Amino acid sequence: MSLAEPIPSASAKSPGGAGGSPNGPWAGFRHLLGARMLELAREKEVLFWVFAFPLLLALGLGFAFRNRPADRTEVAIISGPQAAHILSLFEDSPRRQGIHAEIIDRARARDGLRLGKYDLAVEALAPGEIQYQYDPARPESLLSKLEVNDVLQSGAGRKDVLSTDAVISSEPGSRYIDFLIPGLLGMNLMNSGMWGVGFALVDMRQRKLLKRFVATPMRRGDFLLALASSRLIMMVLEVVLLLGFGVLIFHMRVLGSMFTVLLIGALGAIAFGGLGLLTASRARKIESVSGLINLVMMPMWIFSGVFFSYERFPAVVLPLIRALPLTALNDALRATILEGSSLASQGGRLLVLVLWGGISFLLALHWFRWT
Amino acid sequence: MSTVIECRDLYKVYDGKVEAVRGLNLEIHAGECFGLLGPNGAGKTTTIEILEGLLEPTSGQVTILGQSWRRHARQLRERIGISLQETRLSEKLTVRETLELFASFYREPRPTDEVLEALELREKADALVGNLSGGQKQRLAVATALVASPQVLFLDEPTTGLDPQSRRQLWDIVRGFLEGGGTVLLTTHYMDEAERLCDRLAIIDHGQVIAQGTPAELIAKLGGHHVVEFALSGNAYADDTAWRLLPGVDSVHREDAIFSLAVREPHKTIPALLDAIEQRSAQLEHLTTRQGSLEDVFVRLTGRHLRED
Repeated sequence: MSLAEPIPSASAKSPGGAGGSPNGPWAGFRHLLGARMLELAREKEVLFWVFAFPLLLALGLGFAFRNRPADRTEVAIISGPQAAHILSLFEDSPRRQGIHAEIIDRARARDGLRLGKYDLAVEALAPGEIQYQYDPARPESLLSKLEVNDVLQSGAGRKDVLSTDAVISSEPGSRYIDFLIPGLLGMNLMNSGMWGVGFALVDMRQRKLLKRFVATPMRRGDFLLALASSRLIMMVLEVVLLLGFGVLIFHMRVLGSMFTVLLIGALGAIAFGGLGLLTASRARKIESVSGLINLVMMPMWIFSGVFFSYERFPAVVLPLIRALPLTALNDALRATILEGSSLASQGGRLLVLVLWGGISFLLALHWFRWT
Repeated sequence: MSTVIECRDLYKVYDGKVEAVRGLNLEIHAGECFGLLGPNGAGKTTTIEILEGLLEPTSGQVTILGQSWRRHARQLRERIGISLQETRLSEKLTVRETLELFASFYREPRPTDEVLEALELREKADALVGNLSGGQKQRLAVATALVASPQVLFLDEPTTGLDPQSRRQLWDIVRGFLEGGGTVLLTTHYMDEAERLCDRLAIIDHGQVIAQGTPAELIAKLGGHHVVEFALSGNAYADDTAWRLLPGVDSVHREDAIFSLAVREPHKTIPALLDAIEQRSAQLEHLTTRQGSLEDVFVRLTGRHLRED
């Protein structure tokens, strides 16, 4: 800007009395969307349930079911004349890192065994004669016995006849957390779609805010479009946050393109937004819509393979399960994120989402009660 | 004087049986403040919501600013401002954000700052709606109507539940709008609100207009401008006619043990009344005199009070 330019006077900009600046055709939409986003950002509960809760769930379940290195074997060596010799065999063994052994008296060894502190107790009855004490019902005890026996035998001079080699297989992509994160993402899109649209609308109807809006020249299409847009913005944040979390904390690998993931997320957000709109189309009280939303979501929590594969259900019901929108969304997300499948290869799933969203939306528009 | 709001033979039947409005006629002129006065359940809200184009009448005609809701809904919405009974606006938006949201729906809204100033909400502009007092919330509700820069303002029970100071503040806002040339239609069950604010009134009961006119005209219809109320001990002289014959008495109304006389000249009636009581050697238990009110009009017309709690 050059200094020679005249400075516009303030009075020219805001004429008094005659009215403010005229609004363009999209002013209503922009303000509705802005207001919705501000409301969401200021609602602490929403921030928790939409963003923090799924992360906590992923964190908790991810650690509970993590693929951990085989636990260290805890061995009690019952004190006696040979105890120190046995201990030295462990310490000289190439597998000493996996085995922790200590010498203690018989009574404490028995207690420790009973409480699960030790997996196995070893006692030298005489030189060259070893007794193992363990509970065969505990898998780790069985493993310890085999492992300890191996160490002691080879320490005593046994030679292996076969030469063996092992390839470790614990790749990102096949772990439980890899299965879980896309499922949580799908579930989160369902939750926030149903509540973010269904609950929000009935709340506004109960407050008579919907009626107040239709008492203005507001275009109803703008209102619905703003609601849908706010869902899409939230969807992008949810996807980026949850996947980013998986990548950073659990070293997850996203094989498909982020664009495809977001496109599937958008279809999911629209499908559940449509369902949310449908559940909210008539209800006057938030109590009744809450029940309805839970009723709609319940079967999908159970059947749609969020936490475990739905393939475990009987084969007869599988086609029904696959027709649920959350199943389609979860399957599409998993295929894209874990296997890098293209959009074209999962037309069926995407069609399921489009149909759920489209049919609910049309029915909802037909039934929707503004006042 | 041009007619701004007109309705003829308005009927509204809910679920085929409840008749909320039964043949209502109204004609509201430009620049006036018109009140629908009536008890709860009289059909005031149904009537105003039909006039606002939010409810479809079962039958009857509505014309607003010469246009009909059926054909000119969008244009009409630009020209009127509405405050519903008990709208709870989003609590997580500030006052300014709420007003700007509503302003964005209109082609040519009033500047938000101007409305904030006019409604004494400037100090609260950045406060969340959830933190406002009842009076401030109600002013904001009216502000969302005024930001439209409307020609007609519809207010449904604008001061219900407010403290006296907030009510007066709201009345001033309505007067300001009227001074600017606007037309106001409001519903109320407060007779003082109707008397002080409204140029003309329709008293509504059971979905019908039972009296219409300026507050002064309606009170004059009582027959007198003053009311003398008295009670006698022992419930003697239940006969009204004796009191009707006293000088200056236009009508007698009795409720339980209390007689109310509609009186033109209390200074003539009261001495005569005291004499009459003494002649009958009855005991006067209670005597008051006051200006006649719309409440008296309503009681005379229906035998009930406006607010029956």
